[in-house]
Amino acid sequence: MAETPAKKPWEIPRQKMPEQDPKERARNFREVPYGYSPEQAVAEAKRCMQCKNPPCVGGRKNKKTGEREGGCPVEIDIPAFVSLIAKGEFIAAARKIREKNCLPAVCGRVCPQEEQCEKTCTVGARGEPIAIGRLERFAADYERANGGVSPPPKAPPTGKKVAVIGSGPAGLTVAGDLAMLGHEVMVFEALHCGGGVLVYGIPEFRLPKEIVRREIEYLESLGVKFEYDAVIGKRETIDELMKEEGFDAVFVGTGAGAPSFLGIPGENLNGVYSANEYLTRSNLMKAYDQLYDTPIARAQKAAVVGGGNVAMDAARTALRLGAEEVTIVYRRSRAEMPARKEEIHHAEEEGVRFMLLTNPIRILGDEKGWVKGMECLRMELGEPDESGRRRPVPVKGSEFVIDVDAVIVAIGNTPNPLIPQTTPDLEVGRHGTIIADPETGATSKKGVYAGGDIVTGAATVILAMGAGRKAARAMHKYLTGGMRNR
Amino acid sequence: MARIVAKRIIAPNTVRMDIAAPKIARKRKAGQFVILRAAEESERIPLTIAMSDPVTGTITVIFQMVGHSTMELGRLPEGGEVRDVVGPLGKPTHIEKFGTVVSVGGGIGTAVALPIAAAMKQAGNRVIGIVGARTKDLLILQDEMKAACDEMLVSTDDGSFGIHGFVTQVLEKTIARGDKIDLALAIGPVPMMRAVCDLTKRHGIRTIVSLNPIMIDGTGMCGGCRVSVGGKTKFCCVDGPEFDGHEVDWDLLVNRQRMYMDAERKAKETFRIAHPEPKSD
Ligand SMILES: Cc1cc2nc3c(=O)[nH]c(=O)nc-3n(C[C@H](O)[C@H](O)[C@H](O)COP(=O)(O)OP(=O)(O)OC[C@H]3O[C@@H](n4cnc5c(N)ncnc54)[C@H](O)[C@@H]3O)c2cc1C
Ligand code: SF4
Ligand code: FES
Repeated sequence: MAETPAKKPWEIPRQKMPEQDPKERARNFREVPYGYSPEQAVAEAKRCMQCKNPPCVGGRKNKKTGEREGGCPVEIDIPAFVSLIAKGEFIAAARKIREKNCLPAVCGRVCPQEEQCEKTCTVGARGEPIAIGRLERFAADYERANGGVSPPPKAPPTGKKVAVIGSGPAGLTVAGDLAMLGHEVMVFEALHCGGGVLVYGIPEFRLPKEIVRREIEYLESLGVKFEYDAVIGKRETIDELMKEEGFDAVFVGTGAGAPSFLGIPGENLNGVYSANEYLTRSNLMKAYDQLYDTPIARAQKAAVVGGGNVAMDAARTALRLGAEEVTIVYRRSRAEMPARKEEIHHAEEEGVRFMLLTNPIRILGDEKGWVKGMECLRMELGEPDESGRRRPVPVKGSEFVIDVDAVIVAIGNTPNPLIPQTTPDLEVGRHGTIIADPETGATSKKGVYAGGDIVTGAATVILAMGAGRKAARAMHKYLTGGMRNR
Repeated sequence: MARIVAKRIIAPNTVRMDIAAPKIARKRKAGQFVILRAAEESERIPLTIAMSDPVTGTITVIFQMVGHSTMELGRLPEGGEVRDVVGPLGKPTHIEKFGTVVSVGGGIGTAVALPIAAAMKQAGNRVIGIVGARTKDLLILQDEMKAACDEMLVSTDDGSFGIHGFVTQVLEKTIARGDKIDLALAIGPVPMMRAVCDLTKRHGIRTIVSLNPIMIDGTGMCGGCRVSVGGKTKFCCVDGPEFDGHEVDWDLLVNRQRMYMDAERKAKETFRIAHPEPKSD
């Protein structure tokens, strides 16, 4: 046992994350937080009480609703890795995390820890919870900076071939796990580089693309093959992959990449973007970099419609592309905003304005067909709807116009229909999601598994990764079980 | 990476490229397109597949070097490599036996019209091809088009070859001749497609057009390619590229195509200065 600290852990404030100054960072694309120093990481890790039955891992029962809440979706052994950090064994800590999470440098940055592990941390009940996410990031970054990840020994080849469609967190996880188990894995990705939302959606200043590239290189070192520019459904169908190209099983991790629009007049004016387009131009096509050719509107006054992480990313990107004024327009109140607290806070610090309880009804254009304004209605909160959140209702006669030269619509994404449309025997749910067993990822089609946003609808990186883990386990059984049974 | 197997300048500023892409060549159908990226820093540009050969595994694209990106692509040498080739994208043309089909191709649009005309003929249609260009030098794919059509009419705006006049005038004459036309295809610059649609609408002839808005991914992910057809917003890359020409909002299309004109003009200039045209090209 470590010596008992003079102060109780909840009396010690959590270690502050060193960050770029808001004024400065709002004009560059470099990552916002710098990460803990080893000293900070050790100090933070020492606050952990090493609970016997850690609620940061397993969650806790909510006394009012009776439901389990919080906890780590992939059950990382949090006290174990935290105690390794406290002892200065940083590489061992990273290995510990990797047992359950193959993308720690990514998850340490983008997971909503405040809703998961940190929500139910024992120390958090009395003070500030252990900064589990920051420690995860620290361990992963330390490992990467010090020689990288050495792959554990691989199982001997099984002679089975697996196709993974989509290289987002779900697909990458399946690919890594199945390669470790000795299967031959081929990842097919529609875009020209791998990572899914991690490369085209989440901006550089929140998740440096170098990290994603290193994760992909790691998978390549495990023998995973990547084929880019491969739109499955269009070029080969799943049936063709299985019947003609000899794949024994297929995992579908094609995400929820189809953008929704508001359906209001003026939405096709120049200067109106889906968040997907805006972020893809900036992130994937690197429109912010002089050396790259892809253009993007350099707005002076941008409005971003929506209240989720995607909206925050778009707003902060607009600032960095030189906008003088960026306004988030959201129809509910702050309490209902689905974005992470930290992201809202970052956006606010950088100068993004929030126009809450406001709903756009029309986009106005100038004589050149470019956006010049957006007409909105004020809203007030009425009765709760099915989601339990109070429904926003328009205030009569409250129309007003805001002055903008770009509008970015970030109100959600739905599953991409390409695969379901071209795979007739794949059962699809009401919202276009593929129906899959939550425990195994098995779909209605033999040998075909699915997971991530294509199954759940737009969710999180860690849930996509967790679904990939479960599917990989089930696929391994499917691929090897047949032989053992006979 | 995909190798450029052959490259030819077939008209002023107009490049024909045969690219090794066996999987695409095997799968593509008339009306579909690919997205190309010349190099790491380049834009993604959509181009219709004019021809493909599943045996040699090549696809043919034909494009005019009009902007920075097409210039950059056009400068890649034979034997060189295109960074990315994605496809086949978009819905194939709906091919069936309609009866008599008129295919109107203006300028570079002939490259798009050719595979559709060929497929229509193969399906048992009588295909009348109308091919036009500003001037004789800009007429492309004459032989290929002739082979794909039962009858071919050629016009130039300046009268330097074939009928003196616009393709719409030729089409008008063909209609006046009394042939019963069951379907028209109009592919080319927007003003031409629009003029053809105005004409065919008056005569009650169903008309299919192939649209070319700005695109990025080509898979329905960005919505940058949206067009308005029959008052509804469509994503051209997945719902199209072919639509009922009488329902298209042309003003919107033109406006959206111009979205980055200023940025493009600047890029083109910079490119010209940085890469002066080699003399022997
Ligand atoms: C801007 C933005 C910010 C976000 N921020 C956060 C955050 O902070 N924290 C968090 O946890 N989550 C966040 N999310 C959500 C998270 O990114 C997703 O839940 C997660 O990436 C889903 O993973 P996935 O593997 O299911 O799919 P995706 O990451 O969507 O990957 C799917 C991949 O499949 C490819 N594909 C699609 N169709 C085909 C096809 N037919 N053939 C071949 N390839 C195909 C796509 O090109 C893509 O690369 C954010 C999402 C966005 C858009
Ligand atoms: S709940 Fe908090 S204090 Fe307890 S083990 Fe987890 S991180 Fe440590
Ligand atoms: S090009 Fe992105 S949706 Fe069509």
